[in-house]
Amino acid sequence: MRDLVYPLCALLAGLLGLVGLLALLRGDAATLVLPLGLPWVGSHFRLDPLSAVFLAIVGFGGFAASLFAVGYGRHEPAPGRVAPFFPAFLAGMALVVLADDAFTFLFAWEFMSLTSWALVMAHHREPGTTFAGFVYFVMAAFGTLALLLAFGLMAGPQGHYAFEAMRSGPHRLAGVVMILALLGAGSKAGLVPLHVWLPLAHPAAPSHVSALMSGVMTKVAIYGFIRIAFDLVGPPHWWWSVVVLVVASITAVLGLLYAVLQEDLKRLLAYSTVENVGIVFLGLSLALAFKANGMAAAAALAMTAALLHAVNHAVFKSLLFFGAGSVLAATGQRSLDRLGGLIRLMPATSALFLVGAASISALPPLNGFVSEWLTFQAVLVSPQLPQWALKFLTPAAGAMLALAAALAAACFVRAYGIAFLGRPRSPEATAAHEADGFQIGAMALLAAACVGIGVLPGPVIDALAPAVRHAVGGAGLAAQGGRAWMTLAPISDNRSSYSGALVLLFVAASAVISAALVRAVASRAVRRAPAWDCGFPNRRPATQYSASGFAQPLRRVFGSVVFRAREAVEMPPPGDPGPARFAVSLVDPVWDGLYAPVARAVDRAAERLNRLQFLTIRQYLTLVFAALVLLLSLLTVLR
Amino acid sequence: MGLAVALAPLLTGLVRAVKARLMRRRGPSVLQPYRDLLRLIRKEAVIAEDASWLFRAAPYMIFAATWVAVALVPTFATGLPFSWSADLIAIVALLGGARFFQALAGMDVGTSFGGIGSSREVMIASMAEPALLMVAFTLSLLAHSTQLSIISESLHYSNVGLRISVAMVLIALILVALAENARIPVDNPATHLELTMVHEAMVLEYSGRHLAMMEFGAALKLLLYMSIVGAVFMPLGMAQAHDSLVRQAVGLGAYLVKMAAGGVLLGAFEVSIAKMRVFRAPEFLGSAFMLGFLATLLLFVSKGGLR
Repeated sequence: MRDLVYPLCALLAGLLGLVGLLALLRGDAATLVLPLGLPWVGSHFRLDPLSAVFLAIVGFGGFAASLFAVGYGRHEPAPGRVAPFFPAFLAGMALVVLADDAFTFLFAWEFMSLTSWALVMAHHREPGTTFAGFVYFVMAAFGTLALLLAFGLMAGPQGHYAFEAMRSGPHRLAGVVMILALLGAGSKAGLVPLHVWLPLAHPAAPSHVSALMSGVMTKVAIYGFIRIAFDLVGPPHWWWSVVVLVVASITAVLGLLYAVLQEDLKRLLAYSTVENVGIVFLGLSLALAFKANGMAAAAALAMTAALLHAVNHAVFKSLLFFGAGSVLAATGQRSLDRLGGLIRLMPATSALFLVGAASISALPPLNGFVSEWLTFQAVLVSPQLPQWALKFLTPAAGAMLALAAALAAACFVRAYGIAFLGRPRSPEATAAHEADGFQIGAMALLAAACVGIGVLPGPVIDALAPAVRHAVGGAGLAAQGGRAWMTLAPISDNRSSYSGALVLLFVAASAVISAALVRAVASRAVRRAPAWDCGFPNRRPATQYSASGFAQPLRRVFGSVVFRAREAVEMPPPGDPGPARFAVSLVDPVWDGLYAPVARAVDRAAERLNRLQFLTIRQYLTLVFAALVLLLSLLTVLR
Repeated sequence: MGLAVALAPLLTGLVRAVKARLMRRRGPSVLQPYRDLLRLIRKEAVIAEDASWLFRAAPYMIFAATWVAVALVPTFATGLPFSWSADLIAIVALLGGARFFQALAGMDVGTSFGGIGSSREVMIASMAEPALLMVAFTLSLLAHSTQLSIISESLHYSNVGLRISVAMVLIALILVALAENARIPVDNPATHLELTMVHEAMVLEYSGRHLAMMEFGAALKLLLYMSIVGAVFMPLGMAQAHDSLVRQAVGLGAYLVKMAAGGVLLGAFEVSIAKMRVFRAPEFLGSAFMLGFLATLLLFVSKGGLR
């Protein structure tokens, strides 16, 4: 029975993905009203192009995760805690994307949060998991509260909860609604400073669930923001894009700076998710700015860049988490400093992880480069924006995006190099074995998607076009599929063009030609010998670079400013054979700046209010009387 | 494409010859890099026992990526076939890809010197690549296009004139080129002290034909950066794709003169300045980044910028 859960999930999720894809290609909308839920509202469901994109992401992401879990689930120590909640989690995410009224949306959102919380707490005896679950619980509640207020403002005093009514409603206090939506959806997606739960909860969950949470659930949160800010709340104002732009740029850079300093492979991937969510929101902010100024073509470009990056991230982040899961299952280790040399022991996993690492570092001709290229093109169109604040902030955002691109490559060189290359750093890494067929199959599928979207981006962009038109209006981009050599030319042929297929062809041809020439002319002799290492080779694994050693230059350049990184070396006095000690101290600015003071304030307030527990009966009666008088006077004043 | 491959070792030889003469040595001949490559190719490749397939494949991947990037840069004429298939941003990303695999190759054998090279290289790249992207943004905003051929033609023919942004971007590009090609003051390409190496440390374990490919790739990268500076900032004499043969021959001659001048200037510059401490490189590149960012900002806020 238990063995059937994941194959069934794969089947159903695959069907969901196909439904989403077909609805997207057809381009129209389908609605359904069920008499469940609130008696006077019912439950509305709607599959329009925007929902279809994210339903396809949920479906195909769920299919890949279920396929991976068929193999990975055999290593699960507590399958009874994971298997029932996994299909519920997938169902919750699908319902959020399909919901067409506020009640159904929030119900499905909370259901998604609760099931993922249960999955995070699956390994509750491991240290740190209960804290991760607690923080996740609090942040999810905060997010739902913000969304509840946003929907309440949009529904108005008459309580028009259906999305159709909100779309045509009076759009009062639209700016406040957008800020609340940013807080609510952004906390689930992982925007700084609401991201703190993400690097705690995503690694604590089992790896196939981590892939779903990072790759798919963050996209569902992005869907929530797009639905509210681009669809329900009416025409945007230009200052909204300023807020989202600033938050997104800070998120992108800060997420990577955190990631570069991590030694836990899954935490590194979680912080990298934060960075990519920042990049998606950067595209969304540009789309808001263009839409507010009536520049339809530029808005379509920015929105396409954001949606394509969301799709790409779902693909390569899932691939990377599957790789980390295979490594965890093979070695039992998540820490980079206990891995190494896996390229020889797990050849397929390391090759596929390399494809994922190259994709996320935005290397052509893979898919990460296409969405980043489109985002850069959107930044290059933004000098036409008339507002001065935007004229100053968009080049700064472009600079932050460029910095994020370079740091992502640095982060993944470190992650791949330490974990997979070199020599094994622990006995567990020496005993690693290759992952089984289902795990490799799931990873290979996603790697093929990375290459496919990178080489054939035109059809994917054309498939996203109905969703883009629904979100920003206007005519959308010109058709990109079917051009010569599968080139992308989003604005005009003279302005910018990129052909992933040609780049792949040229690079492959150059490699083959150079290899053939060298083989023809050169000596083919190869001799294996100990490493040169300047004449003093030492095969002990401790002489290799460690994860924190590799990050030291970046820690010194960026970390000393952002994280107040300080290194302290304690040397024993001469003649003392004891070891020297090296300590690195880092300060988390978001935790110490925001969450620790808030927690302390809540503690202090709770202590003061605790005195209410110990009053006499007379004081309680006085309180009740005073409350009654206050409420009656409020009623008379407001009448 | 073939022109770049033929010229790259000659440029490296010229730089070394200029440096030697300025240091009052006779120095090797300008053709010495060709002889070095031939010698290396004929030798047996000694590979460490711990090296994986990535170690053996990386030289070819790096060479291929750099070669494709060079082929996309207009050398003696703009609008060469398939020059529209990848724009300046894609060229920067291709170079980033070559660097990604070079850093991984440095870490593959698991020696500490490889780790030094790779970790310093990614630190330098984390500041050099954004600066290069800012240069790309500024040039794209000036030329209303991201394609390098169109940028070159636009800066040549449409009277952009002396703008502050162009000057700032030239300085930023030169600073980035010095860092990316492992030149003094960021890195010493002729050093034998491992603790001062960045690029050399990553290729420390290579020998034979693999080392030949790595060195060839480095020479191609130097030619690429010089070609970009020449095509964008000194486009005198460049032909266009449909021009007559005479015109194209003139363009070729102009290109050779530009590369020779660039080699002499680089050699003279390297001799006249000392190598910086490793942790001064971020300040060096940070100033390039700020120059590029200020150039972009100036273009953004000045009269609407872009059509």
